[in-house]
Amino acid sequence: MERTIYRELKTTPQLWQAAILLGAFIAAMLASVVYVEHHGHIVTGMNNQIVWGLPHVFAIFLIVAASGALNVASMASVFGKTHCKPVARLSGVLAVALLAGGLAVLVLDLGRPDRLIVAMTRYNFSSIFAWNIFLYTGFMGVVIAYLFTQMARGAPTRYVRHMGMLAFLWRLALTTGTGSIFGWLVARPGYDAAIMAPLFIAMSFSFGLAVFILVLTVLFRLDGRPLGEALMRRFARLLAIFCAVVLYFTAVQHMTNLYAAEHGGFERFTLLEGGVYTWAFWLGQVVIGGLLPMLLIWHPATAGASSTPVLTSILVVLGGLAQIYVIVIGGQAYPLQIFPGYEVSSSFSDGVVNAYAPRWPELLLGLGGVAIALFATGLGAKVLRILPTNLSDANIGTNSGS
Amino acid sequence: MSCGCDKGREKGAEINRRDFLRSGAAVATATLAPGVTLIAFGGSEAQARADAGKRWGLLIDVNRCDPDCDACVRACQTENGWKDDGNPSTDAQWIRKVTLKHKATGREVSMPVMCQHCEEPPCVDVCPTGASFKRADGIVLVDKHICIGCRYCMMACPFKARSFVHEPLVNQSENAPRGMGTVESCTLCVHRVDAGGTPACVEACAATGKGAIIFGDLKDPDSEISKRLADYPSVALRPDLELNPGVRYSNI
Repeated sequence: MERTIYRELKTTPQLWQAAILLGAFIAAMLASVVYVEHHGHIVTGMNNQIVWGLPHVFAIFLIVAASGALNVASMASVFGKTHCKPVARLSGVLAVALLAGGLAVLVLDLGRPDRLIVAMTRYNFSSIFAWNIFLYTGFMGVVIAYLFTQMARGAPTRYVRHMGMLAFLWRLALTTGTGSIFGWLVARPGYDAAIMAPLFIAMSFSFGLAVFILVLTVLFRLDGRPLGEALMRRFARLLAIFCAVVLYFTAVQHMTNLYAAEHGGFERFTLLEGGVYTWAFWLGQVVIGGLLPMLLIWHPATAGASSTPVLTSILVVLGGLAQIYVIVIGGQAYPLQIFPGYEVSSSFSDGVVNAYAPRWPELLLGLGGVAIALFATGLGAKVLRILPTNLSDANIGTNSGS
Repeated sequence: MSCGCDKGREKGAEINRRDFLRSGAAVATATLAPGVTLIAFGGSEAQARADAGKRWGLLIDVNRCDPDCDACVRACQTENGWKDDGNPSTDAQWIRKVTLKHKATGREVSMPVMCQHCEEPPCVDVCPTGASFKRADGIVLVDKHICIGCRYCMMACPFKARSFVHEPLVNQSENAPRGMGTVESCTLCVHRVDAGGTPACVEACAATGKGAIIFGDLKDPDSEISKRLADYPSVALRPDLELNPGVRYSNI
């Protein structure tokens, strides 16, 4: 077991190809923003009923995953898991990058993105959105300071531990704030639930770790560095537990709703009659994003396969996007209950399930956010010493059993 | 001699400088004072005109509302310059006619729904910049200059009373300046109210002879709206949320 040595990524043709590909996605995103800015949101699939669309699905996924991506660093600094220490720096950089990508999508989808300065200078503190502006920017500051303590030559270990604890608490607050964007919406039957905050925290653990596993694998393959299978299996086993926790909170949310007659309509919509939303829930979130990863990770026949951690991480990301699609779009598609006990009709889609079909500017915007996050992570790994040269099991003290 | 001239010149220069500073201060005062005054009165011209001694509201008698009549909607469109552009999912609708059929009895009624001008407006609570605000007289408005178009207020409104401007605008009404990329809703015709008038929908409904909408001051016990509310049963939409809307309905 040798000392952990951190080195920047080597400049290889593969790295350039990846950078150009991501740059193309970012350019397409900016073109999409200019197009929507010029023509208005009429060119998107969003409307006066589905006011938050596909960009928000991507943005929320990235923001939720950002706080989760920091968990690996937290496990090292706060919970003393030594096998996580060599990748703690990547965990911090990825967290900041994912948050930047998510915020870029959120900001560029505003009706008036040119007024960002207004959002940064005028605050209504009864709005959880306003609080989130501080939680997000504060998260970036805290994680960057945390990274500094990790990377500074001769910084005392206790500083790393203290900053790690602060970053961990901050990330819990951040995801509580993100979940509360929905949890505090009293008007809509799909939201208005305190469980949204812990559900989002559970989602962040799961999505963040899945993205971390994928990014770690790609970066190490790009640079030809050894990555131990036992370490990846350890991460995968943790991912399975997080999947179970997400399913647990989801089950509690829906069972509580089913108990109250007033929420029966919304539950029937989500669980049985909602078409694409019902499919996204059962097939996307529950099967692809929850049960299948757990089965692959825990079943003896597949648990040891070297492809299992990456495969399950891809499934968790797809299931996570489906879950956020159900929450964000499904929650708006179900009609507002303004007149309980009445059949309602109007020229403004009262009483009907609201239609939504995302269009390409929205998809480009969302994918651009993902590209920003990945590009920033790659750039971080290229210019900073955040990636260890050797993560083989022999080198970091993991073995197949642990 | 020359010294005296120099002194005189210096004195002249000083006066000029002083005059310049004085005039600059005057210009600055003239420019800033209205803004400062408005901030003192609550941050905007619309806010400054509100009378905290009043609470404006509407009472809609659903029995008198003709299902085939949309005079209130058309009057609002004309007054405030929003219109049907043939894109029902994205066109603004500050006021809409809603048809209700009771699930148990089958009784059918029609009524207008617009911003309910809540005492505890969720749209104001969630707005990150404070663009959504409630005036001292209870009218809920959007400050188009600081709305960033995040649409969180639309997520929060229990009545679907708000619209987002999805397209470039032409031929706007000077009564209600609008902006692409911002959110808007019924202003209770605040420009008319501040001039001592009544909202366009109320006027149009009265002109049809139905008189289904009454406008008035809910704080004035002698106003017609207060008397009607005191004498006859009425309801607020979504009473469970306890938002205390300024718009009330009778005979639903």
